[in-house]
Amino acid sequence: MEHLIDIAQLSTDEVDALIRKAEDIIANPAKYADICRGKTLATLFFEPSTRTRLSFEAAMYGLGGNVLGFSEAQSSSASKGESVSDTAKTVSCYADIIAMRHPKEGAPLVASMAASVPVINAGDGGHNHPTQTLTDLLTIHKEKGRLDNLTIGFCGDLKFGRTVHSLITAISRYKNIRVVLISPDELKLPSYIKKDVLQKNNIEYAQTTDLEAVMPELDILYMTRVQRERFFNEEDYLRLKDSYILTKEKLSGAKSDMAILHPLPRVNEISVAIDEDPRACYFRQVLYGKFIRMALILKLLGLEA
Amino acid sequence: MNIDSIKNGIVIDHITAGKGMRIYHLLKLDNLDCSVAIIKNVQSRKMGKKDIIKIDADIQINMDILGYVDPGVTVDIIRDSKLVEKRSIDLPAQLTNVLRCKNPRCITTTEQELDHVFRLTDAENRVYRCIYCETKAAEQN
Repeated sequence: MEHLIDIAQLSTDEVDALIRKAEDIIANPAKYADICRGKTLATLFFEPSTRTRLSFEAAMYGLGGNVLGFSEAQSSSASKGESVSDTAKTVSCYADIIAMRHPKEGAPLVASMAASVPVINAGDGGHNHPTQTLTDLLTIHKEKGRLDNLTIGFCGDLKFGRTVHSLITAISRYKNIRVVLISPDELKLPSYIKKDVLQKNNIEYAQTTDLEAVMPELDILYMTRVQRERFFNEEDYLRLKDSYILTKEKLSGAKSDMAILHPLPRVNEISVAIDEDPRACYFRQVLYGKFIRMALILKLLGLEA
Repeated sequence: MNIDSIKNGIVIDHITAGKGMRIYHLLKLDNLDCSVAIIKNVQSRKMGKKDIIKIDADIQINMDILGYVDPGVTVDIIRDSKLVEKRSIDLPAQLTNVLRCKNPRCITTTEQELDHVFRLTDAENRVYRCIYCETKAAEQN
């Protein structure tokens, strides 16, 4: 049985196949509208989320399946002290596939070791969030028509930003990728990712604190939020949260076809005025998130249209 | 005590000089009733100096701990006063309940019954990472 806990589990061929499948679903939604009839997805969300949970649910409904689950730990038996393993075993009796978000790193792996149905990691603390990465890859592919020959700028919280770590890992497998890391000194990309991913794959990369200076080079600008929940210390959060705010002025040096991505939610790091700019892809990215999750559910359930 | 004098037991040889006592404690050899000898700074052609531990009982020792603390040691199994097996101990691929994950965000901090499992991710630099949160193991004494 197959699970998806970490994006690194998927080969490049598997990622490419998922992207092709998602693009086919976008082009022919009717072909897939009933494919999951009689199948149930359980969304086990021990931590609040709007987008990811609704995206999974919308994906399953779009495939004609059913959805059950909970959206916070307080409304599950976890509040009575039930272990992740026991929850996974129990839910395996009710559902054909599980999507789990948990504040503790590794919880979905623990669930996958106990469950008798496929488990998808829908985010485990600051650790992995593979379906966000698949969403990002599909977005890049839809917007740019390719996943190779790109210069990608990552801006904001590169230290705690799990989406950044996963996307860097995933995109490093494609040819002729250049990465530009834009962050305050305190939120730089961890050195083990530079060593184990960028250097190991011979990816050319640059580090800077100056977004505007590197803007003209970028094909993709991946913005991130400085996340309050990742800080133990409120003072550090307040000091760093406004490090980068993308405005029309800052965008003036950018390529006309640069794609701006953001995993959302945003707070203030992208000015609302930019939403109308055709380069702003982050709401289309949300939509792509549903389609890639549809493709993933089909893959893990072993269903073909 | 000579190897020949052990009837049924274990000799841990080629211990890096100075690590004998640490291995003695980590393997909890102080809990044994039988004769245990720690021989320090023995002359060695290969290593210059080495430590040796001799245990005069046929017990199971945790090879993972041994391999993690001092890869390169050898373990001689003695039965009926004869050397029946000589094992070279390498870095173990996985360590179960030898190290504890120190990451406060790791699932092992809240689920007490979970095994603490670390996997060797970089043999050259002896890096072990928690299988749950991928946090690097801190050197633990």
